Amino acid sequence: MSIKIALAGNPNCGKTTMFNDLTGSSQYVGNWPGVTVEKKEGKLRDHKDVRIVDLPGIYSLSPYTLEEVVSRDFLLGERPDAIINIVDATNIERNLYLTTQLAEAGIPMVIALNMMDIVKKSGDRIDAQKLAAAFGCPVVETSALKGVGSMEVANRAIMLAQKGAHTPPQHNFSRVVEDALEAIGDQISQQVKPELMRWYTIKLFERDEKVGDYFTLSSDIKQRIDDIIADCEKQLDDDSESIITNERYEYIRQLIQNCVHKKRPGMTLSDKIDRVVTNRWLALPIFAAVMWLVYYVSVTSLGTIVTDWTNDVLFGGYITEWATAGLAAVGAAPWLEGLIVDGIIGGVGAVLGFVPQMFILFFFLSILEDCGYMARVAFIMDRIFRKFGLSGKSFIPMLISSGCGVPGIMATRTIENEKDRKMTIMVTTFIPCGAKLPIIALIAGALFPEASWVAPSMYFLGIAMVILSGIILKKTRLFAGDPAPFVMELPQYHFPAPKGVFIHMWERGKAFIIKAGTVIFVACGVIWFLSSFGFANGNFGMVEESQSLLAAVGSFIAPIFAPLGFGTWQAAVATVTGLVAKENVVSTFGVLFGLGEATEEDPMLLQSVAGMFTMVSAYSFMVFNMLCAPCFAAIGAIKREMGGWKWTGITLAYQTGLAYVMAFIINQLGSVIFLGKGFGMGAVLGCVCIIAILWLMFRSYNPNRNIPVKTVQQVN
Amino acid sequence: MKTLKTTGCNSTVTVTKINGSGAIKRRIMDMGITKGTPIFVRKVAPLGDPIEITVRNYELSIRKADADLIEVK
Repeated sequence: MSIKIALAGNPNCGKTTMFNDLTGSSQYVGNWPGVTVEKKEGKLRDHKDVRIVDLPGIYSLSPYTLEEVVSRDFLLGERPDAIINIVDATNIERNLYLTTQLAEAGIPMVIALNMMDIVKKSGDRIDAQKLAAAFGCPVVETSALKGVGSMEVANRAIMLAQKGAHTPPQHNFSRVVEDALEAIGDQISQQVKPELMRWYTIKLFERDEKVGDYFTLSSDIKQRIDDIIADCEKQLDDDSESIITNERYEYIRQLIQNCVHKKRPGMTLSDKIDRVVTNRWLALPIFAAVMWLVYYVSVTSLGTIVTDWTNDVLFGGYITEWATAGLAAVGAAPWLEGLIVDGIIGGVGAVLGFVPQMFILFFFLSILEDCGYMARVAFIMDRIFRKFGLSGKSFIPMLISSGCGVPGIMATRTIENEKDRKMTIMVTTFIPCGAKLPIIALIAGALFPEASWVAPSMYFLGIAMVILSGIILKKTRLFAGDPAPFVMELPQYHFPAPKGVFIHMWERGKAFIIKAGTVIFVACGVIWFLSSFGFANGNFGMVEESQSLLAAVGSFIAPIFAPLGFGTWQAAVATVTGLVAKENVVSTFGVLFGLGEATEEDPMLLQSVAGMFTMVSAYSFMVFNMLCAPCFAAIGAIKREMGGWKWTGITLAYQTGLAYVMAFIINQLGSVIFLGKGFGMGAVLGCVCIIAILWLMFRSYNPNRNIPVKTVQQVN
Repeated sequence: MKTLKTTGCNSTVTVTKINGSGAIKRRIMDMGITKGTPIFVRKVAPLGDPIEITVRNYELSIRKADADLIEVK
């Protein structure tokens, strides 16, 4: 018999550690259908027929957040055979709140009282037997970090699942509420299975909107239920949802007075660390130091060494040589060799070159997250980022994006709020990444040889675009709606588990290699084909790049860029190849000017480029390439993190659109101001664009939240 | 009317009422901030917002805008 066990618990309760402990290496990570919430599954160690499903970390089973809805749908829709409810024993009061809700799902449940080692060390006592009696289900003391008790929990769950006896909810509410629940129960007893009775009566009492998804009630019954609720609300002077929440906590408070014996110590170690780390004066310097260290090691020093090695030695050297030699040995056609060596190995290699760097970065991020510092980062930075619609945790993806946008986008995983996460993904690649530096170097060297302000101006532009986009997007329909309150737990610091850190790092890295790799693989093949083939002398075949299909495409799309000041087919082609990797912009110019493998410092290339642009159009070209859709690797990462093409499309359209408008304004108005061009139609349109942007930024917009708050204050 | 937002650091207060409705109110209450719960205000973030509080023996960070919904005494 195959058994399905759900793992449920609060965030930071050690759920992931327990999951890793139970499943070993048999994990599968994906998304819940249709949403970007991560779904993890695995087989229980040594039990091929037992499947463990890791539910998202949640505080409650309310109908409001994506994670909670996903969990509810799983519990009610798929009916797992048992629930393992992991309870952080060091934070038992709030953790048991979810337990009271899980108990109502009518599924056999085992409570894993996790982190008991820490509780015992601090001298506190928890009476597990009393707890078990109160909830009517087995309670097992565990310490997932040390691998203690996990298997016992699983075995208990299997036993319960085989018996099939569900855990009846034992907790009860005050007389008034129980009477109301009973009255509601009488109304629906025909439609609901007995084990789900408690769940649905409570949900109906809470006026839960999602209950309608499961069964329909006649308007007559609805009215009667409404009357029952209204009556109870009047008696207790509160709304029904709050009544239930209050009563659950009241029940727990009484329960733990009996079961938990706290020795009230002075400050815990965590408190002592926090006194320094989130101190008013020290917090920002410490934060800067930590970020600098992470950035320096993973992007600058160690990261560059391994990335250079992968790019130049592994892919540029060994693999290319082997492939060339191998293909020559089997007598492959030159076009096939070109496709494999230049197209695929070159392109995919350029992307995979980032993998080691990403692994190092994810390693650090996993540590920061596991030890509890990430929550403090959000605490420290929230004030600044909230101003433009982002959250405190958006800082880290942006910092990383200045090295490479791919890990930057993937680092948005640490942002729980979905809107904040999507917004961060949309704006994070505006920060110039390492691969965009050669473009800046080329343009600056060719047209602004004396000016030292050009490169820094690109960073300021990137930051300005992040802020501008945040303010504008926050006011659009995409991000409108109920803003979620920023109520965030600051978990106790603890030493990260090495195994967990490595699994975490590997999962993220692996996903990138597989998913982004497939997109890039195809894209590189296509671009290579377009740039190598074309019509020459009436025949279709391999041609020089200047006669290729890509050049034809370039000439075709060049007029689009004409209003931006760089309507030449070379600039158009360079921009398109920049999609494969931004460094390609420079090397494409090299090829198109017949200089072969040119670098951004080549004097011939600088001269040719200087001849093609004016100072204004060059700056415009640079701005467009900084802001437009990122490279395929980053697009792949965006698609993965956005969970589908719809939001990927929105993101790319927004980025490219903004790039176009910015470059347009710079070219049109720049030409008037610096090149003495007459103030014509283009300049007028440029001014219109500026006014439109300012309007989008400063138009009045009332997010829904202010309305109820204000009314309440006026009434009082 | 005194709210959690206007409560000074290092003081303990008791929740009397939670304003707002729907998702915001539920989220605040789900985190254990319910009527009659004692709350200790620990500190304010370096840039003045959010604040850090202790409720039901754990640490919670909450924005001042949300803290303003919580009436205390």
